[in-house]
Amino acid sequence: MKIIGLIITIITGAFLVYAAADFPAWSDPNSPASTYLSPYFIENSMKDTSVPNFVTSLLADYRGFDTMFETTVIFTAGLVCFILLRISGRKEPETSHYRHVLTGVTVTLKEGRKIPASEDFERIDDLWTPPDLIIKTGCRLMIPFIQLFALYVIAHGHSSPGGGFQGGVILGASIILLAISHDLRTALERMREKVVAILCPVGVAIYAGTGTLCLLLGLNFLDYSALASVLHVDPIAARSHGILMVEIGVGIAVMTTMIWIYNNISSAGKYNQGL
Amino acid sequence: MSQQYPALLVIVPLLSAFAISIAGWVNKRLCFPIIVTALSVAVYASVGLLLTVLEKGVVIYHLGGWPPPVGIAYYVDHLNGLVLVVVSLVALLNVIACKKSIEQEFPDKAAPFYTLYLLMVTGLLGIVVTGDAFNLYVLLEIAALTGYGLLAMGEERAPLSTLNYLYMGTIGACFYLLGVGYLYIVTGSLNMVDIARLLPPLYQSRAVLAAFIICMVGVWLKMAFFPLHAWLPNAYTHAPSAASSLIAPLVTKVMVYVMIRLILTIFTPEFAFATLALNNIVVWLAVIAIVMGAILALAERNLKRMLTFIIVAEVGYMVGGAWLGNRAGMTGAILHIANDALMTLCVFLVVGNIVYKVKGYAFENLQGLFRKMPFTMGAFVVGAMSIIGVPPTCGFFSKWYLILGALQAGHYGFMAALIFSSLVSVVLFFRIFEICYYEPFSDHHGHDHPPEPMDEAPPLMVVPLLIVAVILILVGLYTGDIVNHIIKFAIPEGLV
Amino acid sequence: MAELIPTIIAKYNYWIYITLMMIGLYAMIAKNNLVKKIVGMNIFQTAIILFYVSIGVKKGATIPISAGGHGAVHEAVHAADYLNPLPHVLMLTAIVVGVATLGVALALALRIYSRYNTLEEDEILAQIRKK
Repeated sequence: MKIIGLIITIITGAFLVYAAADFPAWSDPNSPASTYLSPYFIENSMKDTSVPNFVTSLLADYRGFDTMFETTVIFTAGLVCFILLRISGRKEPETSHYRHVLTGVTVTLKEGRKIPASEDFERIDDLWTPPDLIIKTGCRLMIPFIQLFALYVIAHGHSSPGGGFQGGVILGASIILLAISHDLRTALERMREKVVAILCPVGVAIYAGTGTLCLLLGLNFLDYSALASVLHVDPIAARSHGILMVEIGVGIAVMTTMIWIYNNISSAGKYNQGL
Repeated sequence: MSQQYPALLVIVPLLSAFAISIAGWVNKRLCFPIIVTALSVAVYASVGLLLTVLEKGVVIYHLGGWPPPVGIAYYVDHLNGLVLVVVSLVALLNVIACKKSIEQEFPDKAAPFYTLYLLMVTGLLGIVVTGDAFNLYVLLEIAALTGYGLLAMGEERAPLSTLNYLYMGTIGACFYLLGVGYLYIVTGSLNMVDIARLLPPLYQSRAVLAAFIICMVGVWLKMAFFPLHAWLPNAYTHAPSAASSLIAPLVTKVMVYVMIRLILTIFTPEFAFATLALNNIVVWLAVIAIVMGAILALAERNLKRMLTFIIVAEVGYMVGGAWLGNRAGMTGAILHIANDALMTLCVFLVVGNIVYKVKGYAFENLQGLFRKMPFTMGAFVVGAMSIIGVPPTCGFFSKWYLILGALQAGHYGFMAALIFSSLVSVVLFFRIFEICYYEPFSDHHGHDHPPEPMDEAPPLMVVPLLIVAVILILVGLYTGDIVNHIIKFAIPEGLV
Repeated sequence: MAELIPTIIAKYNYWIYITLMMIGLYAMIAKNNLVKKIVGMNIFQTAIILFYVSIGVKKGATIPISAGGHGAVHEAVHAADYLNPLPHVLMLTAIVVGVATLGVALALALRIYSRYNTLEEDEILAQIRKK
């Protein structure tokens, strides 16, 4: 297999090197890619959409349709991880372990019996290790600031590098940090499974719904200037607001998908203590 | 509203997928009505689009209101319109027929399954209707990812087969992306019609040649063209029956559509056939694909796996027909996209019914089925006749055009392969008819025992199957109309 | 030969991406462990992303955000001052697709591990054949 792999790789590599011979040189300002279509975006982004960040206006307005399907791809990944891994919660394990917080005594209950939730006993699993106090406290202090920064990144996607995807990942990372530093059950108490699973399609539906609203208001799909009548602004500002709306949808979808994928993969579908 | 059909075609299934995903957590019984409604709207919109194209010519839809090449444009012509109708019809009939089988195989994950199903149909419809090369890549990945999820839900060996499919599929999609990148470097545009306009002065450059070959290899990987077909039999056999009867008819045919779109629209036939001299090599590869598919199908003792090798052979027909370089061959290839989707749906729905009732698809499980499930096996006979190529089913007519094209191009090897595979299909299917017709010997020698009672699958599974069988015959009878009114205009006049 | 060296140096971004791509492709074909194949797939996709991003570079240009900010609606914007934003946008999509594929591949690998208790492909095939 290694020899076949080597042969295929060398042939393909040689073919690609042969084809790269008449490519434009590195950072050539006169290449067709830099002179044919992109000057339109750079020169007209402020005029058409009043968004200074050309990447955001290109991503969410000119080629917004691609971005909608990209968000759908993210949602699909979360859904596939869920459908493949999630073991239905109905089949509870027979023995469950509880630990008395103050004394450290472990209590094992057989045949599916449970202790009602209380401050004194916490639920643990086979591979439990005591979480470090410094890590727990440090992460708890940092998480609100991380989330604030994420909201800043989403909101300022118009005028600085940022946007829905980046902000959504940071938001998701804040909840995953909670799951890593404490354990998965703590994060699941904050963001329940059902909330995550419903918010994810809601996020993408905000994107598609904005586009459908434009369609119902008479113009083509995802033509944000149709929102001018709803938002009572001129069409150019309506484009800017439309971009913000879809970015929020993207942020929600990405955040919930990151959390969903982490929940499913780290616990192999069982939603117990996680990593 | 009718000028919004191109958008509605894709948006309604997409939004319904999200609705089903949310409804799955609230009330599971809403899922099936939502999916049937969404797919019916898709069928309605695609038929409406085809009728508009037949009346007025090409339909162009600007997404976001931006004209191409600034924005993304949807571009519906005769080729598109036909494939759209086929895709949406197959998806609708399949979901109605597979409701019971989904409830039997994984009742607690039915809602996510329907969501993935609708997202896959959205991806496939989007691939067919788009006019932008990069948008096609994104939709290709949606169809691929949902496909992996659907296929991996099957029996024990399903995750490994799906992982192997994932590796090959990702390489294929990445090669397509690389080819689009090369086209972008030399032209600066991503819109298909725009690239076709900008390419002719550049036909002699190495980059365009490389872009063509890389795009082709990527698409061949995803359609399981020999020698890149190794993933298909395993992936489709171990999948749940609802997933395999959606994916097997549609995914490879949509990839053949993408290949034909690359040949006819982006790189015009002058480049693909004349400037490049690859015709012969590709047609011989197609010949090997057909022969190999037929022979490997003979070796199988398992009905579903045998049918997947027949799919490999059918892909060989379509690729060989398209690359023959003449009008009859291309007509045969395009007609075979529609016909093969319907034939494959028919036989895979039969397998789904058999699995639902008998819980197995090896040859040993098939004994006595003609008496137990007469309607299902009747439809299987029609599907088998179509795969063999017996008139008046549609399979005969597409083979006819392919043989005509082979004669015109002087490629007797391809014609021989087509006839060889028809003969092998006769052996394959009559072997199954024999097993299904004769019941196992009973223990009472000499006593006559009452005949086996009819134990047919529920009507929700049988009625769509019979509809598909009737459509196979109808499409065969109306082939002349389809070719003269639709396919004739899908091929540019330059191709003789 | 003398004019080959400047050509090779001028297009160095293409040689880098081709090398990375071939490393990824070799890992996917030749390695036995499923996770190593997934890593190879990631390297392969990343090489294509680097290729696209390297197309958008222009000599002397700055990042594609208008220097005047929100207030500069009426200033003229010169395309030569800013990088080409289109490859960046396309690659945002490609990165997301890559992450999604990685997630699905890892979920499949987890399922395979829980069934066969190994991630080496030859051992899995041996177990299947023994059945």
